[in-house]
Amino acid sequence: MRAGPLTVIGLIFAAILSFFPLYWMVVVASRTSAAAYQWPPAFLPGGNLGENIERVISNPDAAILKGILNSFIVAGTITVATVFFGALAGFAFAKLRFKGRNALLLSVLLTMMVPIQLGVVPLYILMIQLGWLNDIRAVIAPFLISGFGIFLMRQYTIQSVPDELIEAGRVDGCSTWRIFWHIVFPALRPAAGVLGLLTFMQHWNEFFWPFIVLADPSNPTVQISLRSLNSAYHQDMSQIFAGMFIATVPLVVIFVLFFRHIISGIMEGAVKQ
Amino acid sequence: MTKLDVTEPPPTDTGRRAGSAPSGKPPNGGWRLTLNRLDLKGSPYLYIAPFFILFGIFGAYPIIYTIWLSATNRSPLRAETEFVGFDNFITLLGDDRFWGSVINTLGIFVIATVPQLVLALMLANWLNRQMRGMGFFRMAIAVPIVTSTAVVALIFGMFFARDYGLVNYLLETIGLDRVDWRASQGHSWLAIASMVDWRWTGYNALIYLAAMQAIPKDLYESAELDGASRGRQFWTITIPLLQPTIIFTVIISTIGGLQLFVEPLMFTSGSGALRGGSTGQFQTMNMYLVQTLRDFHEWGRAGAIALLLILLTVVVSAINYWLIRRISSDK
Repeated sequence: MRAGPLTVIGLIFAAILSFFPLYWMVVVASRTSAAAYQWPPAFLPGGNLGENIERVISNPDAAILKGILNSFIVAGTITVATVFFGALAGFAFAKLRFKGRNALLLSVLLTMMVPIQLGVVPLYILMIQLGWLNDIRAVIAPFLISGFGIFLMRQYTIQSVPDELIEAGRVDGCSTWRIFWHIVFPALRPAAGVLGLLTFMQHWNEFFWPFIVLADPSNPTVQISLRSLNSAYHQDMSQIFAGMFIATVPLVVIFVLFFRHIISGIMEGAVKQ
Repeated sequence: MTKLDVTEPPPTDTGRRAGSAPSGKPPNGGWRLTLNRLDLKGSPYLYIAPFFILFGIFGAYPIIYTIWLSATNRSPLRAETEFVGFDNFITLLGDDRFWGSVINTLGIFVIATVPQLVLALMLANWLNRQMRGMGFFRMAIAVPIVTSTAVVALIFGMFFARDYGLVNYLLETIGLDRVDWRASQGHSWLAIASMVDWRWTGYNALIYLAAMQAIPKDLYESAELDGASRGRQFWTITIPLLQPTIIFTVIISTIGGLQLFVEPLMFTSGSGALRGGSTGQFQTMNMYLVQTLRDFHEWGRAGAIALLLILLTVVVSAINYWLIRRISSDK
């Protein structure tokens, strides 16, 4: 069906609404602090972006560089582990035959529906006992595996790794591990990329659990450092928004570049048969 | 919910072949074959083991422990942990603050989710048309997915500022009075709901779009021949066929919506933010849970809140499931 004029107007309006808050972030991040309290508000970007970024980076109380570094370590580690374990288990569920496979797969899928809140109190106590409070290990450890990751990789393995390929490996005398590492894993590269991007994004943006276990403001993840910036310097909007700018723009760029793949990954997880 | 494909992939036969091989092979290859069989039988479990081990430690164990914890008064402030039965639940059910958080959670959930899903359906219907440059619009709708909730909350917090906020500027421009968005329950709920909607409407629209594209085109063509208007086609073809997807998004939104935390937390700055406003007018259950855990140090009671939150999620999901089934099969 072709789009009518009303549809086009609606879509343009929706696109503007979609971009506006991010545009606004750029506006405030690129102006002086005083401009945030200007009446009527300023609607166009200014020329202070670089200066504001420098100020927020050198602000000793916000620890935003430390936050960015921590977030890279956290999201990076979780991403590598999720992709690797997801591919490994996804391969097993898709191509290997073993007792209890369907029941085990079902239990993996059921874990996708369990919200972290249900176990958050014991998890917090566990982190105290491990001595991991205010340590980024507490943010990494619970998320190294994901039911969604296994499901996505299993779907992709079924779709794009033919059984003949695996059989050929067996005939050549490859062990299961060699088949996985040399035949299956390379074939999963596109799915691994999508899962990796989604996972990285999700954990770069994560707030709830880091907020609970990283109470010490000197060792935050980037989202937590944005919050402490807001608490301590709530007068200095341009600094806060410059911090948001450097925490968000890399993701937006990656998203625009890989949009198609990311969306297909999201849909795969949501409505794929 | 997600339709899961748990059917068997076509049998590969490799297992059986290797398993029956030993009888015909020379004896000196025996250890090799044993190793081979061990690999075939054992490695699948090895490959899925990391998931089950890690989930056991960080998923299953904490969940089971929550149930026990909720029946104790465990706290770092007490030397001895005592079994208190249902005391935590009874305390909570008589606690105005707790009930306030339940009302806030449900209130924000309803005013955020209903327009969000209706808008998402409408958007998906638009995005499903043929047009040059549609790819751009699909991407634009999806952009908020990349933005962290913390950033959304900070930006919208500025929009809804009382004194220099953009929303009040617009209100005054069209001749209305400015509003103190953080002061009252209704206004703060609206502001928080708008953050949720901005972040998630596009996500849901994309999921609907994917489902709409799976609907066979000839259904619409024959409806058109019968003289059905676009609106009628939408209600009699699209909506009923989308029912499973709608149920999926409603359940996902329910789970997410009842866990609402970051948006109301960031709506105020400073150390008392977990309280959700001066009188707790926008404190959600999750905020009350974290406050009980970290500020009051009542671990047992926090466990009880977690269980009640999940119970509420299950109940609301069930009600929504029933509602959607009724609405979309009535048409």
